[in-house]
Parts: sequence; C-alpha cells; structure tokens
Amino acid sequence: MGTLAMTEAATQPRVDDEQWRYASILQVGVDAGLLVLLVTFALYVSGIVAPSVPLHELPNYWELSVHEYLEATNAEHLHHEHVITGWAWLSVVGKGDYLNFVGIALLGGVTIVCFLGILPALLRKGDRIYAVMAGLEVLVLTLAASGLLAVGH
Amino acid sequence: MGVRSGIRHVWRKWWWLVGAGTGLAVVALTLVVLPNPSVAQAAATATTGTTIAWWIWPLVLFGLTIVMGILAALGGVGGGVLFVPIVSGFFPFHLDFVRGCGLLVALSGALAAGPGFLKMNLASLRLAIPVALIASACAIVGAMIGLALPTNIVQTALGMAILAIVVIMLIARKSEFPDVPHADRLSSILHIHGVYREASLGQTIDWKIHRTIPGLLMFIVIGLMAGMFGLGAGWANVPVLNLVMGAPLKVSVATSKFLLSITDTSAAWVYLNQGCVIPMMVVPSLVGIMLGSFVGVRLLRIAKPRMVRRIVIGLLLFSGAKAFTKGLGLPFFF
Repeated sequence: MGTLAMTEAATQPRVDDEQWRYASILQVGVDAGLLVLLVTFALYVSGIVAPSVPLHELPNYWELSVHEYLEATNAEHLHHEHVITGWAWLSVVGKGDYLNFVGIALLGGVTIVCFLGILPALLRKGDRIYAVMAGLEVLVLTLAASGLLAVGH
Repeated sequence: MGVRSGIRHVWRKWWWLVGAGTGLAVVALTLVVLPNPSVAQAAATATTGTTIAWWIWPLVLFGLTIVMGILAALGGVGGGVLFVPIVSGFFPFHLDFVRGCGLLVALSGALAAGPGFLKMNLASLRLAIPVALIASACAIVGAMIGLALPTNIVQTALGMAILAIVVIMLIARKSEFPDVPHADRLSSILHIHGVYREASLGQTIDWKIHRTIPGLLMFIVIGLMAGMFGLGAGWANVPVLNLVMGAPLKVSVATSKFLLSITDTSAAWVYLNQGCVIPMMVVPSLVGIMLGSFVGVRLLRIAKPRMVRRIVIGLLLFSGAKAFTKGLGLPFFF
C-alpha cells in the first residue's frame, strides 16, 4: 500500500493544538445553541411567549414564497415600516417565533468564533498561510451573516 | 475509533438533549392542542382551503425526519439530500423555507458531529480549511442565485441535481485506503497530511493527498449546489476527498461532515437573512433528524447495508422525479 504507513500503536495520535482548540470552542457553541433553540421553541409552541403569527394561522403563510410571506405577515401581524429581513429580527425578538432565531444565530455564529479562536495559535506557530485562510474564512462568514447580501426575486 | 464510534460518541453526549427536545415538543404541542379544541377547529377552517389541522404538518414532518435520519445514517448520506426533495415535493411548505430548513438541518448535524471527529483526528482541519474557504464562498453565491431564480426553475434544477446524485451514488466506488504514491506540491506546501488510529486494524495510519488543485476546483461546483438547493453536500464531498484527492475513506467521511458545518453556515446565513426560516418547520425537523440518526446508528449492526442503500437510492429517485415534474408543472403519481 504505497500511500499509507501503518504502525502498531496503542495510543491515539496527537491532535494539533489549533484543531483541538477549534473542537473545544465548537463543542461549547453547539451545546449552547441547541439548548437555547430547544428552550425557545418550547416557550414559543407552549404559548408562554406569544408569537407574531398565531400558530393556527401558519398554514396561511408557509405556502407563500419568502417575499410574499414577509409582506403578508408584516401587513397582517407585525405592522413594521419594513419587512423583517437581515438582523431586523432583533427588534421583534420578544415574539415567540422570532425568539427562536437566537438559537439559530448562535449555531450560525459558532464557526466564526472557532476560526477567530485558532488565529492566535496559527500565528504563534508561524503558519501564515493557514492564518490568512482562517482570516479570509472569518471575512466570508461575516459577510454572509452581515445581511449585506440582499437577494430579490 | 471509527466513524460509527464517533457518531456513538455524539449520541452519548446528546441523548439527553434529543430526549428533552422531543419531550418538550410533544408536551408543548399537547398543551396547545388538547385543552383548546377551538385551535384545531380554527385550523380546520383555515383559509388554506384544507381540512388539516395546522399542527398535523409539523408532527408529520417530525415523524418523517426521524425516518429520514434513520435512513440517512444507515445509507451513509446526510439528512439534507433526502430532506429537501422529499419535503418540497410532498409537503405544503414553499421551496424557499424547505431549502432554508434543509441547510439548518444539515448544519446542526454537522456542528454536533464536528468536535468528536476533530478530537479523534478523523476530521482534518488542515484539509478542511482550504476546501471550506472555496466551498463556503461559492455556497453564498449559490444561495443568492437560488433565491433570485423563479421557484419552478429551482425546483426543476433540484430534480435534475437529485437524479444526477443518484447516478453518482450508483457509479462511484469507495476506496478505504486510496493509493497516493506521492503527495502533490500544493498539499506538501500546505502540510495536508495526517495520522489516525484505525481501530479495525489496531494500527495508526499515516495519510497524504494528491490532485489537490482539481479537488479544490470541484468544490466550487459543490459549494454552488449546496447553497442553491440547501442540500448539504456530503454526497459530493466524500467522493471528491476520497477518490479524487486520495484521503482515506474514514478521513473523507469525517472531514466531509465537519466541512458541512462551515459550508452550510455561509449559505444558511443568506437564507436566514432573507427570512427563509419558519421555526415550526426547523426545530421539529432538526430534532427528528438527530433522533433518527442516533436510532440509525444503533441499527447499523443488524441492518443490511445493500438493502438500505437501495432504499435511499429509490427514495432519491422518487423524490428527484417528483421535484423535476413539479418544477415543470407535469403530472406525477400523486
């Protein structure tokens, strides 16, 4: 087998510092994100936190395209000046349905934190190429998260 | 420690959360529906013109995603590739929300599996970073294209993509330890190589890769498709990492799963920012897929892989044909 060198070993191979650090940050972020998502969903569906769109009215909206959905829910329930896109959900986070976005945003944000977390380790090692790639990844994900990339049908 | 052990490790960590989530969802739905028959009554006369109570769809979605999770785990595919064509084809939800939900389902599974795979050295951060940079940037573009195009065109293209995936699944062979005589120049410069412990052989295995540039170029297309259709991309990641770049199969599977946590993050943000998220779809689907995956992993010991693979391919063929005909406005079986 030309590709592989196999050796007897009883112990687990050593994991790079930055890989271990990335995994540790990811673990905490995912734990927090999923827990928040489940708790906020329970608050939403139980009615403890009232939603912007009543649950029994959801079938009126989920067949619509996202553009029509935003227009219709805003006109009939939210009455905001603009439809809720980008980070505008923060302004209605007190509504049960939008409260769920907190957990989703945590899950979406954890990878950015992971890459920021390994940057110092990469720079300490003098691994400039990977430090640059990690920095670029932060920029790409931050751009995606920023809401600056508007799309219209 | 293999991929199955990795998933078992995730299960040991997350069983309580899945159980709690399922319990909470059932209790909450019960609280809403049982003491208040008027809710179901109101839904029965909802303006959709159907007589189906609103909570039936999320409940059916929850049950179906459990089955999808089982089949995905047994069939060696991610949840997204089953979720999007099936739910968009047979549920009343608009494709915009199905794609957003599909990405979040794939993302959550990948995020949950990532730490275990990284700490076991099965997923390689050094292999994932350059690939992820290309795939995640292209996934943003794919998501923007997908949201800008008319729904029928995306639905038709989705059907074609799913049918193409079926062909890939039928013809692609896997190689547990691909033959890589020499690492290529780029992978040597980037130090993309690694070591992992192969429990089935009781040995540690050193691996390296080749054909790095062609492999990276393929992730442009993979990223575009992941973003455009909300599919996740495990179906494409593994063949490219394993057959093109020459990473061992277990490293390819684990790195692919970890890679999804980055690629799908970028596309998921685009969908989230556009408002393509309905929590009543996302949370039941997410919990259902995770629960199903954990059950599926436990069934791996007794399931017949060839039969499961045939079921998955059959499901993809069926849902791909449904998406294709729905996009073109053609009649289907039902």
